Amino acid sequence: MSDLFAVVMLSGIYSLISASLFLDLDAVDVAFTEASVGAGISTLLMLASLKLVSRYQKKTRYKPILAFFVVVTTGAMLIYGTLDMPHFGTADAPVHTHVAPRYLNESMGEIGVPNVVTSVLASYRGYDTLGETLVIFTAGIGVMALLMVSKQTKQESKKLIPADMQQQIILRIVAKMMIPLILMFALYVQFHGDYGPGGGFQAGVIFAAGIILYTMLFGLSTSQEVFKATTIELFTAAGVLLYGGVGVVCMLLGGNFLDYDFLKHDPVHGQHLGILLVELGVGITVASVMMIIFFKFTWRTVKHKYKK
Amino acid sequence: MNILGLYNYWIVVVLMLIGFYIVIAHENLIKKLVGLSIFQTSVFFFYISMGKITGATAPILDEKYELYSNPLPHVLILTAIVVGIATTALGLALVVRIQEAYGSIEERDIQEQDAHDQLECQLEAYGPSSMEISDEQEQDE
Repeated sequence: MSDLFAVVMLSGIYSLISASLFLDLDAVDVAFTEASVGAGISTLLMLASLKLVSRYQKKTRYKPILAFFVVVTTGAMLIYGTLDMPHFGTADAPVHTHVAPRYLNESMGEIGVPNVVTSVLASYRGYDTLGETLVIFTAGIGVMALLMVSKQTKQESKKLIPADMQQQIILRIVAKMMIPLILMFALYVQFHGDYGPGGGFQAGVIFAAGIILYTMLFGLSTSQEVFKATTIELFTAAGVLLYGGVGVVCMLLGGNFLDYDFLKHDPVHGQHLGILLVELGVGITVASVMMIIFFKFTWRTVKHKYKK
Repeated sequence: MNILGLYNYWIVVVLMLIGFYIVIAHENLIKKLVGLSIFQTSVFFFYISMGKITGATAPILDEKYELYSNPLPHVLILTAIVVGIATTALGLALVVRIQEAYGSIEERDIQEQDAHDQLECQLEAYGPSSMEISDEQEQDE
C-alpha cells in the first residue's frame, strides 16, 4: 500500500479493535487507554506528521525474501518457545501465584480502593509509575527540542492563523457542544479512577484530546489565547514535581519515599489522599505533554505554510 | 488440554512477526513506525492474555465476585501504552526533521545522500588526488 494516509487510518482501526479485545480479556483500564491513546492521539499525531512529509510512498526496490526468511525463522523459534507456556486462561499459572493474590486480597484493607489496578499503579508500584511519568516528560522535552519554534514564526503567528477546517460549520457547532462534555468526562475519569476504570493516564489523554479538537477547528492562535505554550511547558514539569513532591512529603513525615500511610493519621485515608495527588500529577503531565506535542507539530505546519 | 490451549501466544507471535517484517522490509520511515507500534501491541497482548483467567472478571473489587483476573499485567501495560505514544511522537518528530533535512523519508534516498556527502567531504579534505579512490567507490555503488 503506497498511500500512507490509508496506512495511518488502518492502524487507527487496528488500535480500536485491539482495545475491544483488551476489554474482552478483563483489562478494562488498558482498553480505555488503548482506545484513547492508540485510536485517538496516535492516529492524530501520525496524520499531523503526514502533513509535513509526502503522502505517497515511493516505489521501492527492496528484496523481501531475506527479510521474510529472518521473520519466519524468528517466528518458528518463538512458537517453539511457547510450547512450555501455561495454557490460556488457567488459574494456576505461575503469573497468578506470586504477588497478584496479595494485591487482590489485601488491597481493600490496606488501601481501601476498589479498583485494584489503581491501587497497584499508584501505591504498590508507585516507583514504576513515577519512572514512567518521567519518561513521558522526557519524551515531551525531546519533541520540544526537535521541533523548536523560532521567534520569527511566533511573531508571524500573532496574525490570526485560520484553521484548515474554518469552513466546516457542522463540525464546529457539534464540537462546541462536545468539548465541554469531553473535558468534564476527563475530570470524571481523573477523580473516579479509584472506583472504576480510569485514572491519570487516561484522563490526561482525554483532556488533551478535547483541547486538540478545539485547536483543529478554531485555529492555533485562538487556542493559544488560553493555553499558552510557555504555560503548558511549565505544567509538564509541575505534574512530575507534584508526584515527586508527594514522595518527599511522605519522607518528611517519617515514612519511606511514596509511603502514603504517613500523610494522614489514618493509613487508609493517607493512601486515599496520596493516590489522588499522585494521579493528579500524572494527569497534568500526560495532558500537557500531549498538548505540547500536538502544538509543536502544528507550529511546524504553520512554519512551512508561511515560509514564502 | 491439548496444544491448542496455547493459541493466544500464537496470535501474539503472528502480530509480532507482522510488525517485525514491516520494520525491516519497508523503507518508508512512517511505515516503519506503524510497524513498530504493531510490534508493541503484540507485547501488550502477550501480557494481558497471560493475566486472563477463564471465568474471572475485571479486577475491580466487589462483593458479588470471587475470581478476578491478574491486575499486575494491566498496570504494566497501561503505563506502557502511554509511554509508547510518547516515544512514537518523538520518532515522528525525528521523521519530520529528517524530511526537512533530506527532502525524503525513504531510507534509500537518505543513504544515497549520505554517501554523496561523504564523497564531497573526502574531496574537500584530501583534494583531487583522492579522486581515484572515490571513483572506485562510486563504481562499487
